Amino acid sequence: MTDTAATRAVALAAEPMRIAGPQPGFFRGTVQSLRDISSHRELLGMLIGRELKSRYKDSALGFVWSLARPLALLFIYYVAIGKFLGAARSIPDFAVYIYTGLTAWQLFSEIVSIGTGSIVANSGLIKKVYLPREVFPLSVVGSALFNFVIQLVILVGATVAVGHVPMGARWTYLPLSLAVLLIFATAFALFLSAVNVYLRDVQYLVEIAIMIGFWVSPIVYSWGQVQGAVRTGWIKDLYMANPMTLVTMGFQRVFWVSGDSQVLPSHLGLRLGIAAAGGLIVLWLCMRVFARLQSNFAQEL
Amino acid sequence: MRSPTVIKIDDVSKRFIIHKEKSLKERVVNFGRSRLHKEDFWALRNVTLDIVSGTTVGLIGPNGSGKSTLLKLVGGILQPTTGSVHLRGRIAALLELGAGFHPDLTGRENVYLNASILGLSRQQIDRHFDAIVDFSGIEQFIDTQVKFYSSGMYVRLAFAVAVHVDPDILLVDEVLAVGDEPFQRKCLERIRGFQHEGRTIVLVTHGLEQVAEFCERAVVLDHGGVAADGPPREALTVLRAEFETTRQEEIARADESSGVIRPRAQFTGVAVRTARGESTHPTIATGDPLTIAMEIKSDSHIGASVIGISITTPLGTVLYGTNTRLLGVKSPELSGVQHFQFDLESVSLSEGDYTVQASLSTIEGTELHTVPEAAQFSVEGEGRSRGPLAVASTFVSA
Repeated sequence: MTDTAATRAVALAAEPMRIAGPQPGFFRGTVQSLRDISSHRELLGMLIGRELKSRYKDSALGFVWSLARPLALLFIYYVAIGKFLGAARSIPDFAVYIYTGLTAWQLFSEIVSIGTGSIVANSGLIKKVYLPREVFPLSVVGSALFNFVIQLVILVGATVAVGHVPMGARWTYLPLSLAVLLIFATAFALFLSAVNVYLRDVQYLVEIAIMIGFWVSPIVYSWGQVQGAVRTGWIKDLYMANPMTLVTMGFQRVFWVSGDSQVLPSHLGLRLGIAAAGGLIVLWLCMRVFARLQSNFAQEL
Repeated sequence: MRSPTVIKIDDVSKRFIIHKEKSLKERVVNFGRSRLHKEDFWALRNVTLDIVSGTTVGLIGPNGSGKSTLLKLVGGILQPTTGSVHLRGRIAALLELGAGFHPDLTGRENVYLNASILGLSRQQIDRHFDAIVDFSGIEQFIDTQVKFYSSGMYVRLAFAVAVHVDPDILLVDEVLAVGDEPFQRKCLERIRGFQHEGRTIVLVTHGLEQVAEFCERAVVLDHGGVAADGPPREALTVLRAEFETTRQEEIARADESSGVIRPRAQFTGVAVRTARGESTHPTIATGDPLTIAMEIKSDSHIGASVIGISITTPLGTVLYGTNTRLLGVKSPELSGVQHFQFDLESVSLSEGDYTVQASLSTIEGTELHTVPEAAQFSVEGEGRSRGPLAVASTFVSA
C-alpha cells in the first residue's frame, strides 16, 4: 500500500457509515436535506447560470425577450381594461398599478409553472447522478428572481416617469411581500414538481390554475372594486385568504404611490406576517413530501 | 492495518413496478383494477456484498442481470426496496459521461457545471481547470458550444472532468470504451493511478478482458442474485459457463421454433494426457508432448463433421486452436460412441495454468456442441520468462 492509499484508508476508517442517497425519516431528514442543499449551493448557482445563459442563447435580442411578455400584457390590459372597460378612471396611475401586479404575478407564475416541470426536464441528470433533487426547483426560483429584478428596475423607472417615486417606510412592505411570495411559490414548485413525476397531467393542470390565479388576485382591478361588488363577508374573507392577493397588495402599497388615498384592507402588514408564518409550515410540509417522493424519481422518469 | 469497508450492501432487494398507465385518465378509468395494470419485476434479490477500501471490483453478468441497478443503488440514485446500502467517503458516479452537459453552453461552462454536479467546489475546479482541458486535448474548442462538438470530443471532455474529481469511491458504468486508442490508454492509465492512490473502484462492464486486467475481485450477477464472487479468474469461469448455457438454450429454442431437427452429438468426455499417462489436471514441462482425447456420442448418424480444440489462458484468451479441417485430415463421420484424440507433439508454453476447449460442428458449420472448459493442465517452467509463450533465449553482450 502506498502512502496516499494508507492515509486514505485511515481517514476512511475514521468516518462513520452513512446511508446511500437521501436520509429516511419524516422529521429527522429535514436537517439533513437542508444541510445537503446548503452544501450544494455552488451547484445551485451554476444551475441558475445555466438556465439563464441557455434561455436566450441564440437569439439576437437575448434578455430583452424576457421583458417583451410583461410589456405586451401591460399594453393589452392598459388599453382593453383601463381604457375600454374604464378601469383607469377609478384607478389613478393605472399603468403603474397594473405593472406592479404583473411584476409580482410574473415571478410567482414563472416559479410555479417552470418549477413544476423542472424535475422532469432534468430527468437525464436525475437518473445518472445523485444530487439533492431540491436543487432543480430551487434553481428555477433563482432564475425567476433574476428576471424579477430586471422588471423591478423598470417598475421603479416607471414610477419616476410618472412622478410618484416611492419613498420612506413604505418600502418595508417589499421584503415582507416578496418573502410571502417566495415561500408559497417555492412550496408549490417543490410539491408540484415531485407530483408531476408520477402524474404528468399536473403540468397542464398548473397552467389552468395559474390562469385562474391571475384573475382572483387584484392585479388588473382594484380591491376597492371588489368591495363594491361583493357584499358577502365570508367571500371577502376568502378572497383575502389568498396569499397572492396579500402579496399583490403589498407590492402595490410600495410602488403605487398615487393609490394611497384608495381603500386598502386593514392590517396589511400583520396579514402578510401571518401568511409568511403559515407559508413556512406549508413550505416545510412540501419539502418533506418532496423528500418522500424523490426516492423513486429515478425509476419513474 | 486492515482496510475499512467502504460499501456495505446488506441483503438488498429491488423491485420495479411496471405501470402500464401514466395519465390521469387511465388511472381514473382503471381505478380499483389498478393491480391488473401493474407488474412486479425483481431486479435484485437479497444481494449482500462488502467492499473494502482500495479494491477494484468488477460487476459482470449478462444483460438485465441487475448490474446497473446495483450500481445506482450504491450511488444513491435508486433506493432499495428492502435491505440497506451504507457508504463511507466521497462518492462519484460515472453512469453516463456528460450527463449534465448542456448543449447550448460552451465547453468551459460545461466543465464548471459538470464538475460541480460531480461534487467539486468552484475553487477546486479553478485549480484543475487547465489539467482537465489538457487531458481532454480539445483546447481549441473549449469556448465553442458543446452542441457543435463531435461525439469523440464530447466524450473526451466529459471523461476529463470525471477523472479530475477526487472521490474515495468511483462508480463506473460501461464508459471506459470511449474515444480513440491513445485516449483510451490515457483513461486506463488514469484508472491505474486511482488504484495506486487507494481509491475504491466499482466497474460495470461487458469487457471481460478489462475485468481480468484491472480488478482484484469480480462479482457475477445473474437474474438479480450473486452467482459468483471472488478473484476475476474464478468469476469469469462461472460467467463463461453461464453464457454457454444461455447460448445452448437459445439455440435449442431457435431450433424448436424454426422446426429444424439438428443432428445431435456431444462430447461425453474430454481429457488431457501426458506422455506418462496422467490425466486429471496434469503438469508438463515446457516443450513436452500432450494428448487431448475425447469421447463423442451421437444419437444418429452424422455425416462429415469438424472437431476442434483450443488452448486458452484461464481468462479465456485463445493461445492455440486447431480442428480437423485445418489439419487437413479426412472429416470424421459420427455415429454411436467414438473416441478421437489430438496429439500435440510439443507444447511451447511457459509456466502457468491453461484450459482446453473442445468444439464440434457439422461440415456446413452448424454447431453441435462446445465445451468451454473441457480440461485443465499446468506447465512447469524454470521461471525464466513471463507470458504464456515459451521462447528459448539467451543474453550476450555483443
